[in-house]
Amino acid sequence: MLKYTTRRLMFAIPTLIVISFVLYVLLDLAPSDPTGNLPLTIPPEVREKIRDQLGVNDPIHVGYLKWMRQFFINEPLHIFEQATGLSIGDSSERVRVVSFTTRSPVVDLILDRLPQTLWVVGLSYVVGILIALPIGVISAYKQYSWFDQIGTFVSMVGFSVPTFFTGLLLIILFSSTLGWLPSIYDTTLRVTDFSSFWQQVKQMIMPVTVLAFYNAAQLSRFMRASVLENLNQDYVRTARAKGMKDRAILVGHILRNSMLPVVTMIALGVPTIFSGAIITEQIFRVNGLGHLLIHAIQNGDIYLIQSLTFIFAVLIVLFNLIADLLYGVLDPRIKYT
Amino acid sequence: MALKGQQAQYQQALLNAQEHPSPWMIVWIALRNHKGALVGAGVFGFITFAVLVGPLFYPYDPAAIDLTVRNQGMSWVHWFGTDNLGRDTLARILSGGRVALSVGFTAMVLSLVLGTAIGLLAGYYKRLDGPLMRFTDFFLALPLLPLLLVIIVFFRDTLSSTFGQNMGIFLLVVVIIGITSWMQIARIVRSETLALKEREFVKAAVSVGTSGRHIVINHILPNILSPIMVSATLGIANAIITESTLSFLGLGFPSDFPTWGRLLFDGSNYIQINVERVIWPGLAISLTVLSINYMGDALRDAIDPRVRNK
Amino acid sequence: MRKHIYLIGLFLVTSLLFSCGSPQDSEIATVSSTDRNNTMESTENLESVELNGDSRTLKILYWQAPSILNPYLSSGTKDIESSSLIVEPLARYDSVDGEMVPWLASTIPTMANGGLASDYRSITWNLRTDVIWSDGTSFTAADVVFTWMYCSNEEFGCVSSNAFKDVAQVVAVDTHTVRVEFTKPMYFPYGPFVGSLTPIIQKEQFKDCLGAAAQACTEQNFNPVGTGPFMVEDFKANDVITFIANPNYREEGKPYFQKVIFKGGGEASSAARAVLETGEFDYAWNLQVEPEVLEGMQDTGKGELLTGFGSNVERIMVNQTNNDSSLGREKRSLYLDGTNPHPFLSDLNVRRALSLAIDRSILVEVGYGDTGRPMCNVIPAPSKFVSDNNEECKTQNIEEANRLLDEAGWVRGRDGVRAKDGIRLSMLYQTSTNSVRQDTQALVKEWWSQIGVETELRHIDGAVFFGSDQGSPDTLGKFYADVQMYTNNFEGIDPSEYVESWVCEEVPGPHNDWNASNIPRGCSADFDALVEQLEVTEESQDRIETIKQINDFVVQNYWEIPLIWRARVSAKSVSLKGVKMNGWDSELWNVADWYRE
Repeated sequence: MLKYTTRRLMFAIPTLIVISFVLYVLLDLAPSDPTGNLPLTIPPEVREKIRDQLGVNDPIHVGYLKWMRQFFINEPLHIFEQATGLSIGDSSERVRVVSFTTRSPVVDLILDRLPQTLWVVGLSYVVGILIALPIGVISAYKQYSWFDQIGTFVSMVGFSVPTFFTGLLLIILFSSTLGWLPSIYDTTLRVTDFSSFWQQVKQMIMPVTVLAFYNAAQLSRFMRASVLENLNQDYVRTARAKGMKDRAILVGHILRNSMLPVVTMIALGVPTIFSGAIITEQIFRVNGLGHLLIHAIQNGDIYLIQSLTFIFAVLIVLFNLIADLLYGVLDPRIKYT
Repeated sequence: MALKGQQAQYQQALLNAQEHPSPWMIVWIALRNHKGALVGAGVFGFITFAVLVGPLFYPYDPAAIDLTVRNQGMSWVHWFGTDNLGRDTLARILSGGRVALSVGFTAMVLSLVLGTAIGLLAGYYKRLDGPLMRFTDFFLALPLLPLLLVIIVFFRDTLSSTFGQNMGIFLLVVVIIGITSWMQIARIVRSETLALKEREFVKAAVSVGTSGRHIVINHILPNILSPIMVSATLGIANAIITESTLSFLGLGFPSDFPTWGRLLFDGSNYIQINVERVIWPGLAISLTVLSINYMGDALRDAIDPRVRNK
Repeated sequence: MRKHIYLIGLFLVTSLLFSCGSPQDSEIATVSSTDRNNTMESTENLESVELNGDSRTLKILYWQAPSILNPYLSSGTKDIESSSLIVEPLARYDSVDGEMVPWLASTIPTMANGGLASDYRSITWNLRTDVIWSDGTSFTAADVVFTWMYCSNEEFGCVSSNAFKDVAQVVAVDTHTVRVEFTKPMYFPYGPFVGSLTPIIQKEQFKDCLGAAAQACTEQNFNPVGTGPFMVEDFKANDVITFIANPNYREEGKPYFQKVIFKGGGEASSAARAVLETGEFDYAWNLQVEPEVLEGMQDTGKGELLTGFGSNVERIMVNQTNNDSSLGREKRSLYLDGTNPHPFLSDLNVRRALSLAIDRSILVEVGYGDTGRPMCNVIPAPSKFVSDNNEECKTQNIEEANRLLDEAGWVRGRDGVRAKDGIRLSMLYQTSTNSVRQDTQALVKEWWSQIGVETELRHIDGAVFFGSDQGSPDTLGKFYADVQMYTNNFEGIDPSEYVESWVCEEVPGPHNDWNASNIPRGCSADFDALVEQLEVTEESQDRIETIKQINDFVVQNYWEIPLIWRARVSAKSVSLKGVKMNGWDSELWNVADWYRE
């Protein structure tokens, strides 16, 4: 197991370097332009000068190597210096990865956004799982019952109606009509006492609901399928024949086995929390990572997109490994060597 | 009770059919007696029929502008109302349905084939597992939007001139959705395959010298149909929605070419003025997905002999 | 089993029925109409809770989030306008017809008061003496000189460098007098330090940020010291700015608001909703949303729309060069000294017919409401520059358009599309992605089909269309389409530079990396002669006449087909007073005068 893990981790490094290079090429070829949002009264020659200054017109390999050095050498050194207070070499000359639109270090921007994303998107993921699992299990256990039919209907509607629509519906209902909940997420809010805590809860309700509904819809379908699959396995029949109670079989055998694929799915979904939820964050103006990414894309902010997607790629590779290891733990028949 | 009756019917039908029915015959008979399948097929058949044949009989052109009837509700003249340019909503839904269904299906099939093939290979052949899964990681890590922009820049004009404007864009959209949505299926298929590989019947097949290809196709594939079915139904919904996002970003079909996703998106601003504009496209997408889901469920039940004979 | 299926069927049917009937009967509409009283009450409670101690907080919503508060490094209007709360220019443009008003200067220099040299080669500004930076130090001529040095530095990439391109030097005559010297006679010398693009920054704060070093000055760029009514308390880039009142602001008792929350992000219709419908915010910027949607939102009575007309005109650019995709990069949409004319748009009759077929008042009604007016000129304002020779376009005339095309020999084919010598009138019409623009496209396509012109529509993401990436075929500069539509305007109140950039030399192409402004690629010796005449005309009335002639030339040649004079449109809550919507300067130009009732 340990050997397997180290081998996988070793293999991950070249994979990630290739990914980062392809990402960069892709971004460099993409037609978006950091001066695209400037007023049209700014003449084209001035725009060209700004692009030159930003380094957009650098050849691909120059830009990529610049990013590599900034991201893999300068940033870690900076973090090290911040943490220890020591200074290595000439730290004032060292250029960190800087975003085009804000001219500020990309890592600071990301750290600024991380808490909101973890809270809102992460919580909705947890809520989604907590809703989906029982619904999936009961739906499968009582296949074609009332509960199952409604569950199927609701989750299919949940999946087929896009979040831009559910979000809008909730805003119109709870903000415009009833006036109960704020439609705009206040990122300056500090939780200090009960009333500000309540304020925070109120502004999280809608985005979390929208996302949880969407996540739960998908996951509950997989859970249901997985339990159904196991319900008819021979071991269930054997257990029944031995006189085990249905409930005991369900909890003791079926659940454990049917959790296998679902657990990997959940683990694989974790990186998407960090990528944020672009549309939902946009609708409720939650300043999470998804919001940052879409802003960067709209403004052709190559280094910011590159850094964000690269971190995302690292998480994907990491959680894929975790999912595989989990799988080995949950199913002793699978051996990793 | 109902289930028992169904079982009896099914047994009867089997007896009536023939002495030794072929396996697919059994599946077909099981499907025919599955209520979910019937309802699903009925609804889906109705939608497909309406979308294909409806425009021939419905008197309005989806692009015809009539400024005298802007933002109308439902009426006998315009069944589903009109939009802010006076275009008939039903006509637009019918014509949008053709696009949505064909995009949804083709993209789903593409991602299903890709995902299943890669998942099976990675799960069954240990040598391929590492490279294929890193390949999957790679696709998962690709940011969708820049990827789309690049693809559009490089291929739109070529495809449009080879296949014509709309067919070119159709291919572009389908391929884009297909190649960006197979990864999850591949992961699931792979993990199921890994588990099945350790099961007794597969081991038995290996020990009697069955070829790898045979095992994968005849023993593993049928046993992982259920997650594949779920992925397929979700895949169609996903494709329809992704298409709407593409159109919204100006990367998909032109604006005078309605699709369900786009109708829903455009209508959402009008939700307080003219609910019809969001209800109908939303319902069309949901009903399609729901009916496909029921058919998928039924197909899985019908294929699995343990469920069938319960 | 069977019973369940029926029940589901029933459920479906009921949900279908819910949506039937007229819109007023629908579920959501009913809730809002019957519960309106309750709603009002509950939101009032909400507001009164918020207002306790919060009535002196101003909440502004821009659906594009500010990225930086240094306007010289901005990446869009949002950065320029958010920083206008902090840093100020010497003079601003008024909300009425863009008249100049002194801001950090005590008067507007003119020939009459001796501020403007008789050879038009220099202008002398007298600064107000009561201005103090928010850090307590006093504002002097050195800051103005520094601002010029800062922006005109070659290694910097300054967004506003165009304003300084003819400046030879800026000299501090004494502590509160500044002379701007030009390299040539400037008949409109009010470019530098006027309007929101060139405000004064503090020398003390930015002195180490000259040239390439400017990029690393994150602290300065995020928290500039200013003379304006507010200063930054906290800045979260691309998200929200918290401003507090500047204690050193020059006017006693101003600003009224002690705190400004400046939130960014999202999109226009939900921003409108936050002011007009939920009342969570006091002010929302740039709400290009369909008029009936805005009208519906206004019914709640919580907010109202503001419009400010500047020089924005939504127009269709008519490509004068051949843009056939088979031509390749070396020929497509390139002028090539007139050897590559458009197969049919080079025919004046066709261009004129395209314009005649359009009903501009319907475009206004459907897409703009009170926020737009039919327009037949490319220069819609200030009023003295507006030509009245082109009013013909305000009435749609399909018959005349058809007659013109018939006469010119364009004959309708079997498919209803006109053709001549095997050339069909079939066009690609592109614009940026925006629901109002897509509606306009649909309408125009319909009218053009009535005169036998076939139109294929395309819309492109704004970040790509308005960008100028060399590799992208979809930028407005490349113009790989027959016609394209967008809004253009000129900076400030003087259109000379704007019209001068339409000469032959400014046709985009590989020689200038497509970085040029004559987008329609119209080229004529007569036009260039008019521009040359403008460049040497001194007397202001003559300049006005020449500019009108240039406008008429472009419009009557149909290189550009003006459609709509677009206002800036924003929304404010009813309790917010003192807002003067400005189409010429920053919308937030007089934020110091805003108050709550």
